[in-house]
Amino acid sequence: MTTGTHPMVLAEGVHKSFGLNQVLQGIDLQVNAREVFCLIGPSGSGKSTFLRCINHLEKINAGRLWVDGHLVGYRQKGDKLYEFKDSEVAMQRRDIGMVFQRFNLFPHMTALGNVMEAPVQVKRETRSVARERAMRLLDRVGLAEKANAYPAQLSGGQQQRVAIARALAMEPKLMLFDEPTSALDPELVGEVLDVMRGLAEDGMTMIVVTHEMGFAREVGDALVFMDGGVVVESGHPREVLTNPQHDRTKAFLSKVL
Amino acid sequence: MPPTFDKGPADDSSAGSGPAAAISKAPGPVPIKAIPVRHYGRWISAVLVIAILALLVNAFANANIHWETTRQYLFKDVILDGVWHTLYISVLSMLLGVVLGVILAIMRLSGNPVTGSVAWLYIWLFRGTPVYVQLIMWYNLALIFPTFNIGIYSEPMNTFMTPFLAALLGLGLNEAAYMAEIVRAGIQSVDEGQTEASHALGMSQAKTMRRVILPQAMRVIIPPTGNEFINMLKTSSLASVVTFPELMRSVQNVYTNNLAIMEMLFVACFWYLVMTSVFSVGQYYLERHYAKGRLRALPPTPFQRVRQLVFSLRRPEVARS
Repeated sequence: MTTGTHPMVLAEGVHKSFGLNQVLQGIDLQVNAREVFCLIGPSGSGKSTFLRCINHLEKINAGRLWVDGHLVGYRQKGDKLYEFKDSEVAMQRRDIGMVFQRFNLFPHMTALGNVMEAPVQVKRETRSVARERAMRLLDRVGLAEKANAYPAQLSGGQQQRVAIARALAMEPKLMLFDEPTSALDPELVGEVLDVMRGLAEDGMTMIVVTHEMGFAREVGDALVFMDGGVVVESGHPREVLTNPQHDRTKAFLSKVL
Repeated sequence: MPPTFDKGPADDSSAGSGPAAAISKAPGPVPIKAIPVRHYGRWISAVLVIAILALLVNAFANANIHWETTRQYLFKDVILDGVWHTLYISVLSMLLGVVLGVILAIMRLSGNPVTGSVAWLYIWLFRGTPVYVQLIMWYNLALIFPTFNIGIYSEPMNTFMTPFLAALLGLGLNEAAYMAEIVRAGIQSVDEGQTEASHALGMSQAKTMRRVILPQAMRVIIPPTGNEFINMLKTSSLASVVTFPELMRSVQNVYTNNLAIMEMLFVACFWYLVMTSVFSVGQYYLERHYAKGRLRALPPTPFQRVRQLVFSLRRPEVARS
């Protein structure tokens, strides 16, 4: 299937609960290709959970979720849904890169090893091909000279940039960012946002859960404010951030801006 | 070789030596000249301990020990043969224990309630009864199962259950129960985020386990496994009860003839100490290997430590980094 004829991500009435705790209560949204889509909201609003549903790290309880026209985690035959096997879920995740709040680099591998791991293990690329691309990606995030450093020897900002390179190594068509700068010291936030800005300029489709309103305003193409497991308000970032319509949005923005 | 820091932009890696150097070069601080606290207690306890040691040495010097016998038997073939048997039954039992332990740990961690309960039952049974009892039971299995019969192959249990097999099963199956718990703890110690990151990259369950989880779990698994092996070297002496000719059995065979019981036990102690010491050194290097990536710099090997000491005597300010 080709991108462009349908949205990159489409959510219809997505529900998710952990036990009795209703985290998502009917999310409808659409993310188009080449769009930078920002998700903001107070903690516990469900924005990270929604992001994790997109690559099936969480199973949704109700509703439908499509990525690039394909149902996430299930196959539909007639009106019956068949759950994907582990291998099929893994196959689907290849095209979706994810960057975590706490980096989650593999501590027993060097920066280069982290970036090469998935192409070699999952795509069965030869090591020389994978190494070449990994070095190019590390150079792109400004860390070519740290290729042989272990994660423990890197600063938080450097680790997160390696993590972005690691996700890009699988050449995904969609990148998910789960509060990528929240665990960083303030002076290290800029270097990570710069890399993300570069990605956006290259036309990568990105969904970004963030508290960086400046980034959302400058780089974002669309923004959604979530609270209590529902989408409260959505629109162009500049409009929502400067002229919020909903009281809850106003209250939240007055605290973070 | 420890991983070296890159000589990139000097952002954070070289910060350590700065302040210390500045303090030592600051002009004119008057050094404190105070009378140190006197640790009278330390002097008294040191003297006391030395006195007790002296008494012990004196006691042994005057004891009725025929050291010549100990020296004579130290490198006799019968003894060396026992050392060899101790080593190989320990290694084989440990191998059986590790393989079975990993299987049991994965059974317990799998979502399957049947395999989980079976593994739990196994661990409960084998950890809850003494190895000594288990060894004797394996050796006497013929009393309840006169023939070993698995359909395609059958043999009288008396000839099938050799001392070697009884020792291997007794020690190995018991060890598996302990190893299962060690492996399980190691796997569970790896952060959940590692699994998620691996899955998000499209890696399968099995690949995640093999490439991401187990290498990190090893750091937690290796130290107690080394302890288990060193324990095994000593516990294997119990296999003498099933007439397996390991070190303890060899020593017993000798002293039932020459009646030099203590002298021969000294021989056994000597060899057990040699074996446990050698493997303790090996364990140090193994742990060092699996610490890679966790620590900013690996701890020095004993050899490097000596070199660093010599080096620092000459140029103390450089040796710190």
